[in-house]
Amino acid sequence: MKHRTFFWFFLPTGLAMLLFIAAPIVSVVMQSMFAPHEAVLKTVENCGPFGCQPETTIDQEATRQLRAEQPLGRFVGLDIYIDRGHLAFSEVAAAWRAADGIGDFLSRLGNLPFYRAMAFTLTYTFVVTPLLIVLGLIIALAVNTLHRRLKGLVIFFSLLPMIVTPLVGSLILFWMIDSRGIIGSFIQWAANDPDLSLKASTGLTWIMLIVYGIWHSAPFAFVVFYAGLQTLPQDQLEAARIDGATRWQQVRFVVVPHLMPLVTFVALIQLMDNFRVFEPIVGFNASAHATSLSWIIFNDLGGETRQLSAASATSVMTIIGVAILLSPVLVRTWRDFKGKH
Amino acid sequence: MASKAQRAPRSLRLVTSGFIVLWLLIAAFPFVWTLWGSFKVELDFFSIADWTNAITGRNTRETHGSPFTLAGYEGAWVQEEFWRAAINTFVVCFFVVCTSLTIGTLGGYALSRSGFRYTFWLLIIALIFRAMPPITLVAGYLLPFFEWNLWGILPTTIIVLVAINQPFTLWMLHSFFQNIPKELDESAKVDGCTQFQAFRHVIVPVMWPGVITTGLFSFLLAYNDFAVTSMLLSESNRTMVPEIAAFLGTTYTEGNVMFAVAAVVSATAPLFILVMFFQRQIVSGLTAGAVKG
Repeated sequence: MKHRTFFWFFLPTGLAMLLFIAAPIVSVVMQSMFAPHEAVLKTVENCGPFGCQPETTIDQEATRQLRAEQPLGRFVGLDIYIDRGHLAFSEVAAAWRAADGIGDFLSRLGNLPFYRAMAFTLTYTFVVTPLLIVLGLIIALAVNTLHRRLKGLVIFFSLLPMIVTPLVGSLILFWMIDSRGIIGSFIQWAANDPDLSLKASTGLTWIMLIVYGIWHSAPFAFVVFYAGLQTLPQDQLEAARIDGATRWQQVRFVVVPHLMPLVTFVALIQLMDNFRVFEPIVGFNASAHATSLSWIIFNDLGGETRQLSAASATSVMTIIGVAILLSPVLVRTWRDFKGKH
Repeated sequence: MASKAQRAPRSLRLVTSGFIVLWLLIAAFPFVWTLWGSFKVELDFFSIADWTNAITGRNTRETHGSPFTLAGYEGAWVQEEFWRAAINTFVVCFFVVCTSLTIGTLGGYALSRSGFRYTFWLLIIALIFRAMPPITLVAGYLLPFFEWNLWGILPTTIIVLVAINQPFTLWMLHSFFQNIPKELDESAKVDGCTQFQAFRHVIVPVMWPGVITTGLFSFLLAYNDFAVTSMLLSESNRTMVPEIAAFLGTTYTEGNVMFAVAAVVSATAPLFILVMFFQRQIVSGLTAGAVKG
């Protein structure tokens, strides 16, 4: 295909991505380095019956003019990144000096919004991902032994938690684990504690969100592994059987190595997806106990005061986080490409 | 096909079946429960006294004279005008899928047929864009959209969702088109077609399976999106998912949680039907990327 033809074919989609993905990224980076203008102050002599006094007021006209001329705000460099709402360098340093011991330091860090969100985001990402892979693998192995007719039905129901809108899915679970809902009542009964509420404690809220995350993403792992199981090398399995491998040994030494590339694939995709955890926090109304980077952005942007600069700074840091998680994928794709050419 | 020697022992088969049943329960029970409960009054759906009330609907019978009531649905659809949100969702999804597939097909086709090195870099850039959480882009949209008075209306959201959709669409369709032999359009070109004519007359007739699979995922992205729609749409233009989120704010205070429950069930129903009819395409789409690389 000639360069010219390629250009015209690719133009619409390229333009869409350039205008609505690439440009916003640039604009987010810019905005994160500008803070809103402070009001312009002017001092006037206010003369009354008891003599003249200087009085400072906001110069509405000048402020409006300044904001209209430079809608981005004033340049502050990286100040927003290190303020209290983000990396909070001075607060961290103060906590480090004041803390006695690592535990105390970490609990002080937990009071800073960025580190609080980071703690949950990372815990969620690195707990949910391995667990969902294990669960997906077990489901795939179990479904693979079923009769052909049953398989379709099981796959249908298994897809539901993944296909359903994340907000809706988390709401459905949230209502069930409400202290008056069926799972909530059951847990109260099982723990023999009528006042137990999953929503009230930080630890239980985290567990609840993690369980939701596994429930939501395990079907993806299941479907991918199940497809992988259809291409199992039968001769290898047979050879292993002839050598006297037990069922467990066959799984351990033939099936799992065969699925290993898929495990890597699912892990990489899910690490990135889980890192942006957001809807369940809204659905479970859990922001008092667990926040994530995406939730902070959403919270800053919503409401009456849209804090664009603060949200932009968090966005940039989220993008950096995703980029770190993405780098192994890129390396892999690059190697594949090198191999092909 | 399994010989007798390979058949699992009875104990293992029991464990497997037990596990499958347990998983089905975990996967499907929440939906069944919420669907059943959506026809009850709040006192039954959240029953403090006795959990069996949620099944028998004792309070529902006392209030409405029958164990099932459509009060929640009436409240959501008529009183809170959820139908507006449903129409908006339909409009958004329809246009997102159509636009996204049209421009994505052209782009994906071009990427699969051009042997130059820059196609690889374009795909890599698309992969990076695919990994961006949409919410991180929203801060970049707001200022220009406010400036140019584009905020809050459906077309803006549709275009944004189309753009967010493109990286995934390109990857899916690129790998799909690569499986269509190049000789097909090459021979059409030898016969005197231009590249576009070759695409139009040779590729378009055979591309529908891949396009339908990709379209399903575009639809799911548009339908399930919360971050972009809730930030970019004004109150009157909201789609279903942000509307449900807005319900939560008001209903907890006013005590009609059942409206939200009915709305949630209504929003899940189309997805249910979708999975029922397109299960095969969804599964193949999910595995397409995985099995290849």
